Parts: sequence; structure tokens; C-alpha cells
Amino acid sequence: MTTNGSTATPPVLTPAVLTPTVLIIGGGPSGLRAAAELAPRVPGEVLVLERESTAGGIPRHSDHPGYGIRDMGTFMGGPKYAGILRDRALKAGARILTNATVTDWAGDRSVNVTMPEGRVRVDADVVVLATGARERPRTARLIPGDRGQGVYTTGQLQNIVHLKHGTVGKRAVIVGAELVSWSAAMTLQHVKCKTVLMTTEYPKPDAYRLFSGPGKFFFKTRVSTRTRVTRIIGKPQVQAVEIENIDTGQRRTVACDTVILTGDWIPDHELARAAGIDIDAASKAPVVDAALRTNRPGIFAIGNALHPVDTADVAALDGAAVADHVIAHLSGRRPSGTAISLKAEAPFRWVAPAILRQDDPAPPRRRLLLWTDTYVPFPTVVLHQNGRVIARKRLWWPAAPGRVFRVPSSILQHINWEAGPVTIGLAN
Amino acid sequence: MSNTQTRTYDVAVIGAGIVGSAIARKLAGYQLSIALVDARDDVGDGTSKANTAILHTGFDAKPGTLESRMVREGYRLLSEYAKATGIPVEHTGAVLVAWDQEQVNALPGLKDKAEENGYDKTEIMDAAEVYRLLPHLGKGALAGLSVPDESIICTWTTNLALATDAVQRGTELLLGRWVSGIETDKANRITHLKTGIDRVSAHWVINAAGLGGDTIDQLFGYDRFHITPRRGELLVYDKQARPLVDKIVLPVPTALGKGVLVSPTIYGNVMLGPTAEDLTDRTDTGTSESGFSFLRGKGEKIMPRLLEEEITATYAGLRAASDYPDYLIEVDTEQQYVLVGGIRSTGLTSGIAVAEYVDGLLKHSGAIKLVERVDMPEAPHMPNIGEAFLRPYQDAARIAKDPAYGKIVCFCERVTAGEIRDTFTSPIPPRTLDGLRRRTRAQNGRCQGFFCGAEVAELLETRGQSLTPANTAATRLSTPGTAK
Repeated sequence: MTTNGSTATPPVLTPAVLTPTVLIIGGGPSGLRAAAELAPRVPGEVLVLERESTAGGIPRHSDHPGYGIRDMGTFMGGPKYAGILRDRALKAGARILTNATVTDWAGDRSVNVTMPEGRVRVDADVVVLATGARERPRTARLIPGDRGQGVYTTGQLQNIVHLKHGTVGKRAVIVGAELVSWSAAMTLQHVKCKTVLMTTEYPKPDAYRLFSGPGKFFFKTRVSTRTRVTRIIGKPQVQAVEIENIDTGQRRTVACDTVILTGDWIPDHELARAAGIDIDAASKAPVVDAALRTNRPGIFAIGNALHPVDTADVAALDGAAVADHVIAHLSGRRPSGTAISLKAEAPFRWVAPAILRQDDPAPPRRRLLLWTDTYVPFPTVVLHQNGRVIARKRLWWPAAPGRVFRVPSSILQHINWEAGPVTIGLAN
Repeated sequence: MSNTQTRTYDVAVIGAGIVGSAIARKLAGYQLSIALVDARDDVGDGTSKANTAILHTGFDAKPGTLESRMVREGYRLLSEYAKATGIPVEHTGAVLVAWDQEQVNALPGLKDKAEENGYDKTEIMDAAEVYRLLPHLGKGALAGLSVPDESIICTWTTNLALATDAVQRGTELLLGRWVSGIETDKANRITHLKTGIDRVSAHWVINAAGLGGDTIDQLFGYDRFHITPRRGELLVYDKQARPLVDKIVLPVPTALGKGVLVSPTIYGNVMLGPTAEDLTDRTDTGTSESGFSFLRGKGEKIMPRLLEEEITATYAGLRAASDYPDYLIEVDTEQQYVLVGGIRSTGLTSGIAVAEYVDGLLKHSGAIKLVERVDMPEAPHMPNIGEAFLRPYQDAARIAKDPAYGKIVCFCERVTAGEIRDTFTSPIPPRTLDGLRRRTRAQNGRCQGFFCGAEVAELLETRGQSLTPANTAATRLSTPGTAK
């Protein structure tokens, strides 16, 4: 996206203030899709700021098929998908500045940006946070032991392999057995690193059956359920991990020179917090309503910054959905009607959106997004309000840990808008 | 460095930690040839890198000891040196919190002790005042003692500044040399240090080997003290936690050490630790399950709100705990050998004072000719990696001059391509990822490499060349429409 080294012209510092109508922070699937939708419809400029040297987000370095299913109706690799999203945003007339890091807020809808051209302020009418999510690294997961080389998150692994064409070790243990874990397994296979074990604390692998059955066969990988990594052994290079069976407490060591920590996502929410935006205690994501508004006027949030994490296509569809709401805001429409909160109840960890209003439109894709801590094959979702069951719906897809559980938002139609907070849980 | 086998230095300093670097710097101010020898691949890669990074007033030292004096003098000397060289320091002040009646009763004694140590600004406070200063402190604090001049400092920059200064004064830095034995040439008054890769010869040897200090001392025929590696594990919390606490929160000290503290860090985080666990393995810097759960238990009491934040980093450092109750600094004129041993965690603060003290002992001994140089180079100016001071990514003028300072590589810590590049042309360039991290903070942040790990590794491999300004600069702002 940037100059590719074609020019060494001194940077131009003027103008030091940019004034787009809409500023989108983050050029991943959700941000790029929002830009493509908004650029033709907004009178002024739609500006995307991306801190990486190329826009596209995580799919840039997820070099395997699985992208574009829900939003483009096809099936393609991550880098190609990222390229299409970029091209569409540019063709629609959006401006994308890469190597541009938003460092802090300069006003209500104004930010300071560092980029090679200089330190710039951006004043916008609407700000859309599309900052994505990251996997928790070893430190945040508090995995003790030696500080040996060879411990990576999936993000770092895929950056090394697909963007820098580097390699890792020869024998890997993957921590996690969800979709992203299989993505890591595919990347490892690409560099001829054998996945000797996948560990998950859950009683069954968390990815779609579609992946885990054939996946196990294809990669000849064992999945150890109900286990966790309790220690990393070896320095300067990792030599083994210690694995504990959560039920028996028994521990054993597994020889490996590479450890991939997958999943355990946390939104990149620092800008949201710095703006004083309400943050969900469990997902650590900005709290939004069905129109993807945060509690700060004119600041919206979309994509995996909101629901860590759903697939890239679902993130992109948030970007499509936010366009109408941004346009409505620009034309003067403000939230109206009583706001009531939607709270997740065990086994659910969080739900998005978490603010409901009678006057609000349906959430993106007419779905509530939830995260479950236990596997439930045929869940019956129950809404409570004021101690009473107000809705009950049996779903034909499982609630599985490690991926977003989607519930049709039509379940909200029985809400009594005068009766206060609503909780969403499962029937016993 | 191929000449090290034949050349004879006037002085070889073993250990390029803070103390050894400060001594080399001091002695390089004379007309002497100096070698600074270290077992590791970088300066400050032993006990100096993983301490609690506090610039101590010395208020709680044992009065009358050499340590008390060195810390007091070191506080002043390092404060001045930090100003001159740009080492980041924040004068946060500390509050010592008493959680039970016994600790409350100990406060007046601590105040008296501080005064004996020449520090008279401590104040005893009631609980209300403690909570006014530390609103997020856990329940149950009964009283406190304020120590307004306790400060936080960048230990990495301190070590690097002293070593850089020494090198600029002509010291030869000999890294990757584990001293395994000595040979003495009595006729010529030369000691040959046997290292893994060569032999370093010098007329005088100064032992500032930290954790290996007692072992080196034994090579010279002594048995004066014994080092126990004391492991201290630390948890570093996310920058989001920084608004919770702007002072160092200290426990009332016990016989076991200073105990667990909560402190802002110079990089804008909050630190909880350290543990204190005596080991036998002098290389075991691993972290432990028990250490983590102990610290979280302490944190729960001291500042429960802190535990809701993410953990950015975990460290384990080894302190050189000595069975001798004080610093042990002695000159052996016969063997032309100086022991600088038993310098515990206070060595960060006291290092420069220790160097002055060693200088004084050498002068006094008359055994070495110390002629001051007239052509002394200026002290280095260190790149700022402190959060409270202007960093390159914020510096519009600097970015305008060199766009590499506008290209942020490490998003979490906001480290620019320019800063990374500069380390490779500095007098002591990094050789390892950890070395680069200590010089720039790259990859020290909350994502620990999720985003920038591959990029930083490439920069290390290409010595900063993979992201040159030509790669990043453009005139995008002047051209309307899309960026290409």
C-alpha cells in the first residue's frame, strides 16, 4: 500500500491536520469493508489509518483457504482476501494511510498520529474503532518456566512464516484446539514443523467438527483435552513443555522446540479505554448497542475489537453494517428510547451488543454474538427479565468454547422496554 | 579484539554490570588501558538487568555500613549523572505501608534509622493520609512512612550509559568471555585471565563479577564470602494499570529482605514483586508457579484492583546475596587485585559511588600510577526510553528531519525504526534480541511480539537496515486521494 521503497523524497509535513468526515482506525477486514461502504455515501473524506505497512489485517498472513465465505460468497486464501478488501476500499474512494499509528486522543473525535511523514492530527466527525484483537502471549497467560526461544503466538508465527518467509523449529506443541489453532497447524506444516500435540483445557476440541476430524487425520496430530501447559522447559531454546491433566493433576513432559499459543483473544482496546468508553468486564471489548455505537457520541466500534474473535468475514460484515448507522449519525440522528443492558449469564462469558434500545435497528446480521465456556450440543437459549423467562429458543447448532456462538436477534422481540436489564443464558 | 592474547592491559575489570562498568569508566579517566570483561553477550545481562529499578535514598540501610554510605553517595552521584546523560528518572517518592500493629510500631524506628543514614525527610502518616496518596491501596492499611525522594530509574540505560562512557574513554569491552581461571606471572606482575575464547592479560584485576564474585575471589586464593543466588520474580502489569499508582508502595522490611512492593515503572507500567528465593543454580532465571501465585496473593492484599489488569511481562532476576553482611571492597596490592563483592540489589544506586570508593582505595594504596587524562571525551547522551519524557514518536521536529522516527515498528511500546537502527551504530550495539529490547523497549509490550516480533527479528538480522527511511517515507499527505 505504501511506497515500496520507490521514492526517497523528503516527507511533506503539510497539512499537519487532516479533516476527514469519517476516520476509521484499523485497516483490517472490518475497517476496510466499512471504508468501502462509506466512501461513496459520505460527502467528505473517509480515511483509514493502518499502523502496519500494508492494510488487510490478520488475513494478510493467514495463508490458507477459509476466507470470504459469508461476505463474498466464495472461498479463498487470507492474503488474496485482504487484497480484495483493500482494492474495494480504494476503488470506492477511501483513503488508506499505512505506517500510521494513532497514539492518543487530541479531542472528542480527534487523534494524534505518528507516521513517517510526520506527527499529524486528525479531526473527524465520526470515528470508527476497528482495532481488532490479539492473542494473549505467554506472559499474560502466566505460563512459568525458562525463557527459552521458540514460544510464539499464532500471529507472530504467521508473520514470521508468511510475511518474512522465516522458519521456526521442528516439533511443536500447540496450546489451544480452536479454529485459529488449526490455522497455526497449517502454517507449521508449511515450514515442515511437526505438530506433536495440541492441548486444550476443554473436554473436546473447540473448532468446528469440519476442521477437527479431518484435521486430526490430516496433520496426524493428537489433541489432549482437559490439559494445560504448566511449565516451559529449556534455554536458550525450548526443549519441552510440562502438561498437566486438569482432572487428575498428573503431569508429564512433552519434548518440543516450538510452542504456539493460540486463541485467548483480547481486543486492542487501549484507545477505547483512553477515550473513557465503557468496556465489557469479560471480553474487554468496548460496549456497544445494536447500531455499534459506543457510549461516546460519534464513536463506533466494529469487528473483532468487539467480539474477540469471530471469523474475518463476520468482522467485515460489521463494517458493512456500521455504514448505515454512521450515515444516520452524520445526518443528525441520535440514539433514542430507553437503553437497557443485556448481560451474559453462565455458561456465557459475554454478549455483544450489550446495550439494547427499542428504537435501535437489528444488530449486524441479525445476530447476537456470545462466547461460551462449556460445550452444549443442542442449546436452548433463555432470556430473563425481572426474574421472568421472556423468551426461549432452541438452536440447532452447538455452543462451543473457542468460537463465537450466534443467536438470532429475533429472540429480543419479547423484551419489555420498561422492565429493566435482560440476561441471556441457557435452559438447564 | 584479536590482539587480546598479546596485549597487556593496565587494568582488567571482570563484570560489565553497573558496578563494573562504573569502575571501568572511572579508571578510564586516567592514563590507563582498561579491559571490561564479561561472560555474557551484552553489558548488564546479569544481576543488573532484572532488579526493581529503584533509585534508593538508602533510608533503610544498616547505619554505619559501607553500603549505607555508598547508597547515600550513589543516590546523589547517579542523580547528577542521569541528568547529564539522559538516563530517565522519575521522582515518584515511596510510601512504606504498615498493615498490622507490629508494623505500625516499627515505623518510628525506621524514621530514626533513616535519620542515622543521613536522610531526614521521612514522615509518619496516618491511614487517611496513606489512602489519600494511594487511593487504590487494598483495605487494612493502618499507617505509613513517606520517603519522598525514592525514585524510579531505567536500570538498562544506567548500565549502558556507564559502559558506553567507559568505551568512549577508551575501555575495550570484551564480551562473551567467561573467566574460568587465572595464571600469574609474578616477575612481570601480570595476571592472565583464562576465558572460553582467549586469554586476557592485565597488571591489575578488579573483580566486579556479581554472582560469580566469590568464585573469582577464590581463584586469587581467598575464601572471604559466599554468594547465594537469590531469585526474584516480578510481574509487570499493562500500562492501563499505571493510573492506579504513582508512588512506590513498600512493605515494612523484615529480616528476609525488602519484601514485595508495587511500583510504577519508568516505562509506564506497574510492577509487582519481587519474590525472594535462595537457589543453588546461578543461571536459573526461570519463573515458577509458586512465585506467580505468591505474588498474586500479595497483590490481592496490596492493590486488588491491579490484578484486574493484564500482565505484560514476567521476569526472574538473580540477586547476589552474600553471607558477608556488608559490601566487601578490598585492595590486595601484592596480587594487584581488587575485590568489589557482595554488592546486592542496592548496586544500581551505589555503582558510581563504589567506583569512586575503589578509586580512593587505589589512590591511597599508592600501588598504581593514576594520572588524569586531559583529553577526556564528553559523557554520552543516551536515547530516552522513559515514558515520562519526550520519545521520538512524539517528536515532530525529529520526525521531520528523519522519517525513520515516524515509522513505529513496535506498536505497544511505540518504538520506531530510527531508534532500532541507531542502536546498531552506537558504541555498544546489541547482539541479541534481549539486548535490543533493553536498548529500545521493542517487543517488551503487551503483545510480546504478536504484531512486531517478526519485524523486530528481521531488523536485528539486518542490523536495522530492513526498514530504512526510503522504505517508509512518502509524500502521501500532499497528494489528495488514495495512498499508493
